[in-house]
Amino acid sequence: MSSSQLYESPDIGLTGWARWIWRQLTSMRTALLLLLLLAAASVPGSIYPQRSADPNGVALYFREDQQLAEVLDFFQLFDVYNSIWFSAIYILLFTSLVGCVLPRTKVHYEALKAEPVQTPTNLSRMPVYQMEQAPQGIDPIVEGKKILETQRYRVIQRGDSVSAEKGYIRETANLIYHFSLVGVLIAVGIGGGLSFSGQRVLAEGETFVNNLAGFDSLSPGTFFDPERLAPISVTLDKFEVDYDFLNETNIGAPLDFRATVTVRTPTDQAGQTSLVRVNEPLDSRGASVYLTGHGYAPEITIRDANGDISYSGATIFLPQDGNLTSIGIIKVPDNLPEQIGVVAFFYPSAIELASGAYTSIFPGVIDPLISMNVYTGDLGLDSGIPLNVYALDTDRLNQVAGRGTNNPAVEIRLGETVDLPEGLGTVTFDGIKRFASLDIAYNPGQLWVLIFAMLSLAGIIVSLTTPRRRIWIKKVGASFEVAGLSRRDDPRLEEVVRELTESIKKEK
Amino acid sequence: MNPLVLNEELSQLSLLVTYAAMAVFTLAFLVSGYHLSQAASSKSRILENQQAATRSGNVAVLEKESDIATQDSSKSLIVLERVSLALAILGTLILAAGVIMRGIAAARVPWANLYEYSITGALILMMIYLVSVRSKEVRIMATFVVGFVLLVLGTAVSVFYVQVASLMPALQSYWLVIHVMVALLATGFFSLAAALSLAYLLKTANWVENAKTKGTENFRAILGIFPSKETLERLAYRFNISGFILWSFTLIAGAIWAERAWHRYWGWDTKEVWTFIIWALYAGYLHANATRGWTGKRAVWLGLIGFAAVVFNFTIVNMFFKGLHVYSGL
Repeated sequence: MSSSQLYESPDIGLTGWARWIWRQLTSMRTALLLLLLLAAASVPGSIYPQRSADPNGVALYFREDQQLAEVLDFFQLFDVYNSIWFSAIYILLFTSLVGCVLPRTKVHYEALKAEPVQTPTNLSRMPVYQMEQAPQGIDPIVEGKKILETQRYRVIQRGDSVSAEKGYIRETANLIYHFSLVGVLIAVGIGGGLSFSGQRVLAEGETFVNNLAGFDSLSPGTFFDPERLAPISVTLDKFEVDYDFLNETNIGAPLDFRATVTVRTPTDQAGQTSLVRVNEPLDSRGASVYLTGHGYAPEITIRDANGDISYSGATIFLPQDGNLTSIGIIKVPDNLPEQIGVVAFFYPSAIELASGAYTSIFPGVIDPLISMNVYTGDLGLDSGIPLNVYALDTDRLNQVAGRGTNNPAVEIRLGETVDLPEGLGTVTFDGIKRFASLDIAYNPGQLWVLIFAMLSLAGIIVSLTTPRRRIWIKKVGASFEVAGLSRRDDPRLEEVVRELTESIKKEK
Repeated sequence: MNPLVLNEELSQLSLLVTYAAMAVFTLAFLVSGYHLSQAASSKSRILENQQAATRSGNVAVLEKESDIATQDSSKSLIVLERVSLALAILGTLILAAGVIMRGIAAARVPWANLYEYSITGALILMMIYLVSVRSKEVRIMATFVVGFVLLVLGTAVSVFYVQVASLMPALQSYWLVIHVMVALLATGFFSLAAALSLAYLLKTANWVENAKTKGTENFRAILGIFPSKETLERLAYRFNISGFILWSFTLIAGAIWAERAWHRYWGWDTKEVWTFIIWALYAGYLHANATRGWTGKRAVWLGLIGFAAVVFNFTIVNMFFKGLHVYSGL
C-alpha cells in the first residue's frame, strides 16, 4: 500500500493503521534493515568495556574520565547487550520474523496440499526451454511423466501437457530454520533466567560447599533459586602444572594444568576423585566445575611478641605476570598490641635486579622468596563495611617496613623465620601451596540452545542447497516442448531440462 | 605424557618454503595479469576487425585474415592461462609443504596463532579456488585471488610471524581443530565471493561504463573479458552461501567450545561480538537477495561489507581488541 493512498482515505481507523504497521514490520525489507541495525548496534559492545565481561575495564573508564563515563553509561554503552535500544532491535526483529514466517507457513501448507500449477501457455518464455521432434511411436507426455515421477517430482497431467514440481523441502527447511531461531532465543532467555555461575578460589586442601556462602562471587539468573543448588562439595586435593623445560624458545610456557578434586554428595561421603583441566570441566548433576585460573598460596605464620600465633595458613597471592610474580595481602587483626597489614610479594624463582628489586624469571618454584611491606594501625575491619580481601587500604596505616621507611622490606626464604620490625613479632614461611580459581556454573537451557541451533543449521543447509524446480512438458503437433523454472538460483536447471529431453527421446 | 619437542630449524625451513611459494605466486600473478591484458586487447582487435570489415564491404578477405589472427592470439592466450594456472598449482603445493612443515615443527595443527591462521587460510583459499577452477568464470579470477593470497602471505611473514611455541592449555582441545578449520574454510569462500563481487562492482561502476580516458577504456576492455555481471553476481551468491553455512557452524562450534572452556556458551566477548556481526551482515545479504529493490548492486555491496567485517575481525580485532580470544601470539 502506498502512502498516498493512506492520505486519501483518512478513515482507515486504528485497525487500519495497526494492519499497515504490521505489514511494514513483517516485510522482508524491514527484516533486512533490522538485521543490519543489529549488526551495527553490536559494534560499540566490542569497543567499550562491558560490565558483564570486564567490570574492571568499566571502573577504569570511570576513574580516568568520570564525565565521559557517565555520558557513555547514560546511553548504556557499558551494558550494550542488555540495553533498551539493543533489546528493542532484536525484539522487533523477532516480531518481524514471526509475523513473516507464520503466514508463510500457512501458504506453504496449502502449497503442499495443492497440485502443481497450470502449464503456462507460452513455454518458450521460461528461463530454460527446449523444443524437440518427438521420435516415432513415443508419446512424450506419457514418457516424460514416468521419468519425472521416478525423479520424485510431484506430477500432474492436464490434457497435452505435464506440470511437475519438486523441492518443497526448500521452504519447509527455511521455515524450520526461522522457527529454530525463535527456539534459540527462547531457550537463551529461559536458560539464562534459571542459570547461575559463581567463582571460588581454592588453595590445595580447601573445600568448597555449593551454597550461597561458598562462593566468592555469584551471578545468578533472574529466576535462580538458591534452594536448588546441587548439594555437593568440592575439595581441591592437588594442583599441578607442567612447564616446558626442554625447548629453548619455549622455556617456562605452561603445558598442562591439572586440578585433582574430590566431589562429595550427601549419598556419597567418601566422594569421587577426578581431574579438572582447562577445556575439561567436571560435570556433576546440577553444576559443572571449570578451571579458569591458578596461582600460588604460600603458607605463612605470624607470631606476636609473646610467640602466640596471630595468623596462619595458605594465603592466596594473585599472579601479576607470566613468571608468576604474585601479590598477597595479609591482615592480622588480633596481633598485640597493634593490628598488622602486609603487602607481600612472592617470587617463585627470584633474582635480584640491579636496582635491588626482585623479579621472578620462571613460573615454577626454583628459588622462592617472599618480600613484605609491613603496616601497622587500623585495618578498618571493625567498621562493618565489607572489604576486598585482595586489597589493603593504607590510608589509616603506618608503614613500618619496606621502601620509604627506615626498615628494609622483610625478606623470607622457604622454611625461614624472620623478625618483624619494631618488636611486632616473627613471620615464618612454612610452605608453598597452589590455588585454583574455579567457576561453578549451571545453565539448564544450554542443551536446548544447542538443539535449536543445530536444527537451524540443518534447516539453512537444506534450504540453501535444494532448488525449488518446476518442469513442464507440452506436446505441440509432432514436437514436444520442455521448460524449467526455479524459484531462486539453481545451477543445474539447464542440465536437468536437457537430460530430461534426451531421456524422453531415448525412451523405448 | 610424551615430552613436547619443538623443531625450530624445521620451522625456519617452513618459513623459507613459504617465501618460495610467495615467489611462485608472484610469477602466477604477473602471468595471469599479462593474460588478462592480452585477452582484452585481442578481444578489442577482433571487434575492430569486424567493424572494419563491415565498413569496407570486403568481408571475405578480412574475415579470413582476422580468423588467422584470432586463432594465433587465442592459442597464445590459452598457453598464457595454462602457465598461470600451473604456477598457481605449483605455488599451492609449495605452500602446502610449508604449512605441513610448520605443523610438524610445532607438533600440532598449524593454526594456533595469527601467523599460522594466515598461512593455512591462504592455503585453503587457494585450494578452494583450484577446486572451482574447472568453471571458466571462476578461472578468470586468478589475478584477484592470487593477488589477495600474496597480500595475506606478505602480511603473515612480515607482521604476524612468531616462533613455534607450545599450545597454551586454553587451546588444547579438539575444538581448535574443528572450530578454527571451519572458520578458515568459511573465510576462503567469503574471499572468493568478495573477488567476484569486486569484479561486479568494477564492471558496473559509472566511471568504467562511461570510460572517457584511454586508461579507463583499457580497464573496461579487461573487465569485458570477465563474466557478465549476472554471472558474477550469481557465482558470488553461491560462494557466499557456502561461506554463510560454514560461518554459522563456526559460531555454533565456538559456542560449544566456549561452554567447555569458560563455563558459558556465549558471553559477548569481542571475538564473539564480531563473529555475530559477520553472521548478521551475511544474513542481511541473503535477505537482500530475496528482496525486491535490493538485488544486484546493493546486495553485492552488502556482501562486500560483510567481507570487510571478516577482514577487520581477522586483523584488527585479533591484534588490538581486548578479550578472551588472545591467541594472535603477538
